[in-house]
Amino acid sequence: MDYDLEIKHAPDEGGHFGKYGGRFAAETLMQPLKEIEDAFFEAWADPAFHVERLDLLKNYVGRMTPLYHAKQLTHAVGGAQIYLKREDLNHTGAHKVNNTIGQALLARRMGKKKVIAETGAGQHGVATATVAAMFNMQCDIYMGKEDIRRQAPNVFRMKLLGANVIAVDSGTGTLKDAVNEALRVWVASCEDTYYIFGTAAGPHPFPLMVRQFHTVIGQEARKQCLEQAGRLPDVAVACVGGGSNAMGLLHPLWDDESVKLVAVEAGGHGLETGEHAASLAKGQPGIIHGSLSYVLDDEEGQISADAHSISAGLDYPGVGPELAHMMDVGRLDLDSATDDEALEAFEMLTKAEGIIPALESSHALAAGIRIASSMKPEEIVLINLSGRGDKDLNTVMDKFGFDVGAKDE
Amino acid sequence: MSNQLSHVFARCTKENRAALVGYLTAGDPSIATSEQLICALAEQVDIIEIGMPFSDPAADGPVIQAASERALQAGTKIKDVFLIAQKVRQLKPEIGIVLMGYANVPYTMGFEVFAKQARDSGVDGVLLVDIPAEESGICAKIFQTHGLSQIMLLAPTSTEQRIALAASIAQGFIYYVSLAGITGAEMGEVKGIQDKLSLIRQYTKLPICVGFGVKTPAQAESIATFADGVVVGSHFVSQITSNIDDDDAMLCALTSSASAMVQAMKW
Repeated sequence: MDYDLEIKHAPDEGGHFGKYGGRFAAETLMQPLKEIEDAFFEAWADPAFHVERLDLLKNYVGRMTPLYHAKQLTHAVGGAQIYLKREDLNHTGAHKVNNTIGQALLARRMGKKKVIAETGAGQHGVATATVAAMFNMQCDIYMGKEDIRRQAPNVFRMKLLGANVIAVDSGTGTLKDAVNEALRVWVASCEDTYYIFGTAAGPHPFPLMVRQFHTVIGQEARKQCLEQAGRLPDVAVACVGGGSNAMGLLHPLWDDESVKLVAVEAGGHGLETGEHAASLAKGQPGIIHGSLSYVLDDEEGQISADAHSISAGLDYPGVGPELAHMMDVGRLDLDSATDDEALEAFEMLTKAEGIIPALESSHALAAGIRIASSMKPEEIVLINLSGRGDKDLNTVMDKFGFDVGAKDE
Repeated sequence: MSNQLSHVFARCTKENRAALVGYLTAGDPSIATSEQLICALAEQVDIIEIGMPFSDPAADGPVIQAASERALQAGTKIKDVFLIAQKVRQLKPEIGIVLMGYANVPYTMGFEVFAKQARDSGVDGVLLVDIPAEESGICAKIFQTHGLSQIMLLAPTSTEQRIALAASIAQGFIYYVSLAGITGAEMGEVKGIQDKLSLIRQYTKLPICVGFGVKTPAQAESIATFADGVVVGSHFVSQITSNIDDDDAMLCALTSSASAMVQAMKW
């Protein structure tokens, strides 16, 4: 399909979306970040860059991904028509590869021989290791020790793909600490190393760039919905950790005023417990990982160690700055789903449609289902099914107390 | 009380030597011991840099990361940082006191409240690692109003354009990061540092201190021949780390390593 390459709702020159965003980075990183910014704008203006990028997205990743009218789920819920954007069908099993293809192409244009990345659930790590294998680049993935435990299958995938997976033991041993460590390594190696940042957060130009690479999701879904249903959705729903799949789906619908945009944060054990990852709903403005946005921190400005979600990919105490901006200007509705609600939605979709969703996406499903149930059958809810659930089977098995029954009697 | 930083460098220039800037993290390993250690270090240095512990010190190497973790574990709050600064100020009216840390702590407190309390505690300058020149508008005016110098970092990767920009904002002194890396890594090559300093001097008359990776008296001595100040951080913090169970040995190791630096920097 023909994608719209115009950069809409661009940040200011310094990368600020309203009062959020910017480039709150150490001096040593300022020039390397500027170089990435310049390379990005130069590449984005070059038709040859998009020819190669879109060819890879089509023939390597498998885009466009289907928009699926989930009739069985719709029937089970009994409300609005539910459509699923099937990002789980991308090569590597999640939306993350849209971004890693783009940034790896950029890294190659910049003459970098090595890439590094942080990862939480491991999906971005796998997507980075995948493109690094294809582009023949050396690849180091930084991953929190706790996440390595939770996401063993993805760790093995990254290693198979030839990446080094480096366990990060500092802080809470999760995504935020993996970002810190990747930043530390990048400071000392930026001359030959490109940092493939995995979400629409971090210092400028990452929030803009990651958003742009993912807008294929929303652009396709918009067109597909018009073709299949003859109209735009009434509500578009995506889960939010840092915000990459949410920006990808929701941003291209920003100007369609009739479409309600819903960001679903991880409610963990419940928003009232303090053990959640709902930065937008429960956080406050703060500065972490290079940008000003909403952060879960205490009154002393220390970043929360209690951020929790059953899904490693949402377990992040910050959020992309543009989402904070969209919330402030009233273009974003907030919702959340707890661990239990996500698990329920996980099971419901699996049974109703034969699709096993990622636990991240299960949060969007849980909220989407809830929203759809109070709407009319002629209305449409579009949900971003950002990834598939294979990687989460261990976690879910534990939760459901599943036993394969192969033990000796 | 007037800002001491310019007096410190004037005094050092008169004595024909470079200033010694010493860093310790407030609250490491405990609030009480840290106060003792920082006061002891203040006896020997020209400028004391007091680290404000932060949960996510992305520009720091393992030594200062661990110091930050110990300090937070010990329950250190920003008010404790100010209390330590006050103690140092009472003890040493003539030295420079700089708070160093990450933006989220003062941002969350509110820059206005932070600046007022810092100044009331006798602090002369503030260095926020993740507030580069481009973002300094968020606090520059407030710091200025309260008479706090905003110390800016420059690095090997800083272009001439960036040097000019930082120089137009910086007050007190320029902190030159000797290497493209995190605190406590190996110091950059001396010739390269010297060349960069000459370039920076074309844009500013402010004193320039060199830090990140200065671990030995010999390194301090060589930097002191061309810089206005030498910053020692991780090396001092590691005196705490290697004597973690023994407060007396810690104090002893810290004072003797500081003396060694002072001796080396004398002409």
